[in-house]
Amino acid sequence: MAAVGGEEVKLLGAWPSPFVMRPRIALNLKGVGYEFLEEVFGVKSELLLKSNPVYKKIPVLIHAGKPICESMIIVQYIDEVWAAKGSAILPADPYDRALHRFWAVYIDDKWFPSLSGISRAQTEEAKAEAVEQVFAGLKLLEEAFEKCSKGKGFFGGDTIGYLDIALGCYLGWLKVTEKMTGIKFLDEEKTPLLVGWGERFCADDAVKGVMPETNKLMEFFKVLQAKFKAASAK
Amino acid sequence: MAEEVKVFGRWTSPFCCRVEIALRLKGVPYEYIEEDLSNKSPLLLEYNPVHKKVPVLVHGGKPIAESLVVLEYIEETWRRNPILPEDPHRRAMARFWTKFIDEKCMPIMWKSLWSEGEMQLKLMEETKENLSILERELNSKKFFGGNSIGLVDIAASFLSCWTEVLQEVAGISLFGEAKHPILFKWANEFMSSDAVKVCLPPKDELLSHFRAMKEGMSATKAGQN
Repeated sequence: MAAVGGEEVKLLGAWPSPFVMRPRIALNLKGVGYEFLEEVFGVKSELLLKSNPVYKKIPVLIHAGKPICESMIIVQYIDEVWAAKGSAILPADPYDRALHRFWAVYIDDKWFPSLSGISRAQTEEAKAEAVEQVFAGLKLLEEAFEKCSKGKGFFGGDTIGYLDIALGCYLGWLKVTEKMTGIKFLDEEKTPLLVGWGERFCADDAVKGVMPETNKLMEFFKVLQAKFKAASAK
Repeated sequence: MAEEVKVFGRWTSPFCCRVEIALRLKGVPYEYIEEDLSNKSPLLLEYNPVHKKVPVLVHGGKPIAESLVVLEYIEETWRRNPILPEDPHRRAMARFWTKFIDEKCMPIMWKSLWSEGEMQLKLMEETKENLSILERELNSKKFFGGNSIGLVDIAASFLSCWTEVLQEVAGISLFGEAKHPILFKWANEFMSSDAVKVCLPPKDELLSHFRAMKEGMSATKAGQN
């Protein structure tokens, strides 16, 4: 499927991956069509190995034959190439851009590892610590939302922006973790702004079609866990 | 009137050096404030409450933390001597290699310098491979940024005096003219450029600092046995 100017856009990815969701949302925000090439779980395609020899990971965007790797780098690329289309993903002001980038790094380096740490925890103590870190992070992100949104519906203001994409892609996995643990992480009383934001994000046209259903993700996660247990038992 | 620029840093940190190099390259005057990380200033804690780390750039009273975020901010705020190319694909590649340096090259090299035995050998091998990957990317260019210093060069500044000093302290060889001749040539070119050389810490002081750190670690280990 060709984009504006006839240059082909392909995305190598997989439906459960939050990282893959990111460029998909960005392309949707820009109204750019693309061919989605689903990787088979557990098997890396020739195209993937050729396009991302350093990390051998998804997502990879291939635009006019050239590969771009790393999800948030791809999002910035999409914002720059199709600057004239759709809505801006990064804000215009350099300081606001720095805030979006800072929190996106925090989310990837600190917050999401805490979240995935809950299911990986070997002891109750480790699990409780991970849970506390997730809550502490959400509290910081609630404050960041207040600052970045400036009273509007998204971190990006009126429309979904860089930081919305960075955090929002994890909402599916957050819901899975809530179901598994019975803990309500996005709580009206603790982080009301984020609760409202989460609903708006998932309902947005750019997100709806690419956010996996929680039940489907749960099933996938159970398969993953079983495989992991089998592998470690060997 | 230009808004005040301050940099909170630590002279031993390559991450802080990155910020100073970028500001110097762009001819931006700034005030440097040295932080004692064992006794962090109230200002640092106020400006970077999330991580409580250096570097922090404060521009007109507004703080920005995380060295790569700071570099992008500097690039967007002061347009002179750009450190990123105009072409979006080349920009994406520069960001990719910068991330590779931060997530793979630096941490694995750092770990290899401070570990021992089998683990150290494994990490050393991985470090050499990472450096080879970087070297292939540099290829025949003068700098990663082409003819002038760019974002990737600045991110790779740890390959200048830090690597030299740390290898000496650890007593191992990871990076040198024989193993990575192209990268080695780059490092010398980089270190001798005007904007960079004024920002690098004095080698002998850096050596003393890391020697003391290693001795401290050995003493702690001996005390634990």
